[in-house]
Amino acid sequence: MSPSPAPSRGEGSRLVRLARCLTAGTRHVRHLAAVYAVLCRNSLVREMSFKTNFLLWIVVELLWFVLQLAFVAVIYQHTDRIATWSRWEVVLLIGTSQFIQQVFTALFLTNCVQLSEHVRTGRLDFFLLLPVNPRFLLSVRQVDLGAFVNAAAALGVMGYAAAQLGLRPAGTTLPGFALLCGVGVLVHYTLMFMLATVSFWTVQAQGLVWGYYNLFNVARVPADAFRPGLFKAVFTWVVPMLLVANVPVQLLADRLASPLDMLLLLGLALGVFAVSGWVWRLSVRHYTSASS
Amino acid sequence: MLKYAHIFHVGLQNALAYRANFFFRAVFGLLPLTATLALWQAIFRSNPDRETVAGYTLGEMMAYYLLMTVVDALTAVTEDDWQIAADIREGRLSPLLLKPLDYLAYRLSLFAAGRVVYAAAALLPVGLFVLLHHQHGPGLPADPLQLLAFGLALLLTALLQFLISFTTALLAFWLLEISTWVFILFAFEYLAGGHLFPLDILPAGVQAVLQFTPFPYQLFFPVGVGLGRIEGPALVQGLTLQLFWVGVFYGLARWVWARGLRHYTAAGG
Repeated sequence: MSPSPAPSRGEGSRLVRLARCLTAGTRHVRHLAAVYAVLCRNSLVREMSFKTNFLLWIVVELLWFVLQLAFVAVIYQHTDRIATWSRWEVVLLIGTSQFIQQVFTALFLTNCVQLSEHVRTGRLDFFLLLPVNPRFLLSVRQVDLGAFVNAAAALGVMGYAAAQLGLRPAGTTLPGFALLCGVGVLVHYTLMFMLATVSFWTVQAQGLVWGYYNLFNVARVPADAFRPGLFKAVFTWVVPMLLVANVPVQLLADRLASPLDMLLLLGLALGVFAVSGWVWRLSVRHYTSASS
Repeated sequence: MLKYAHIFHVGLQNALAYRANFFFRAVFGLLPLTATLALWQAIFRSNPDRETVAGYTLGEMMAYYLLMTVVDALTAVTEDDWQIAADIREGRLSPLLLKPLDYLAYRLSLFAAGRVVYAAAALLPVGLFVLLHHQHGPGLPADPLQLLAFGLALLLTALLQFLISFTTALLAFWLLEISTWVFILFAFEYLAGGHLFPLDILPAGVQAVLQFTPFPYQLFFPVGVGLGRIEGPALVQGLTLQLFWVGVFYGLARWVWARGLRHYTAAGG
């Protein structure tokens, strides 16, 4: 009897374990997808019960978008350049920033805002008890469908600006652009979620959450407009607002100083995401379940 | 009169509970301001051969935004419209109606109290910010008459802001959800009031149209007076028109209030 079956059995069991992990993983993902589908349907039903309000919110967001574009139109009446950026490059930047912001709004914003409310009222208990990852459920529970309409409008403006610039993106540029936009959405979500978890310590986090809207304004400015200094350093390296929309647009408009910028955005996004996971676990441990 | 002084006092104490909130609001508000200032600095750097862009030197442009931030902190409505709408929607109006109080005066007292606390909370961040940019700091007018006119314009601006928000909030008598309307109005105020940029860089035709709306008197006018850009006959005319708009919105607020009260169902009360 040779002792050979032993290692093969070990290898086999390792393979089996891996396969089991994989099936568990796909089952887990499929489970989350099923949960998400139900949540989407619920959101649709909820929105459709207040149809006028649903349409009015779309109008509000569109109006604010037009306002940003009007700002650019007025400024370029008086100058040809903002720090080497031409009119349509800035329009492309504002469109992209709006697109990223609206996709983030559609998927995450309402949920982040509601988090502090769940903590305040003690309703968070129910989320922690459900057989789903609580962070997943809290982050995606409600889908803001109107924001997709505004994201489409932003896409239209981006397309028009790109045509005005005569951009002919190479084969890999467009997928890269889309990927970077996705990273931008991730950055917005992570930062906002982290801000919302601050509500575990102070109930008045609404002020902080409101403050996030101001960060969007920073994201739409050409990063080159800022001279090196504390503000630029913080909003590049700590809170990467000056990268979120700037980097994808620079890739698309072929004015990226170095491809390292893309890696920087990706790296910072992953870094911030890791930190937010840590803050979240710390916060839940701190949770005292108010009023129950 | 004494009872409203009392309400002002209670309002102060209520608003003080939100001092941290106000502080963060003011701090976060400085972020887009910094971005806008950087944008203008970049524009001036891109045109090194020009002394002025759109009729402003760099210093004047910076001073405009800085003074605008100060005027906004002193006069803007922050929470009052939501509170008024909630009073109506949740029936909290009923106990107030039973008291010998005028709701508009009651709300105005609370607004004044809120502004005092907000200004105090914003003093540190906004003051520091203005000091940091002191080379462009908005020096207040040296002429005492101009200074007096600035004070008067500020007061009328606060009244106008309050009355417009009050009237809008009264829509809650008819609508369940007024936030969309508030934000639509806010968007117009933001552009046509001079929040985004000084209105005199707009094309002449647009400026002429804006002349006939109340929006410039909500922000652009007092800032222009404070910077000394509006003086003489234009100043007198502006103050008169500002007073006119305050009167119009006072009348409108009273009228909508009377109509709304007939519609009031005291839900939840």
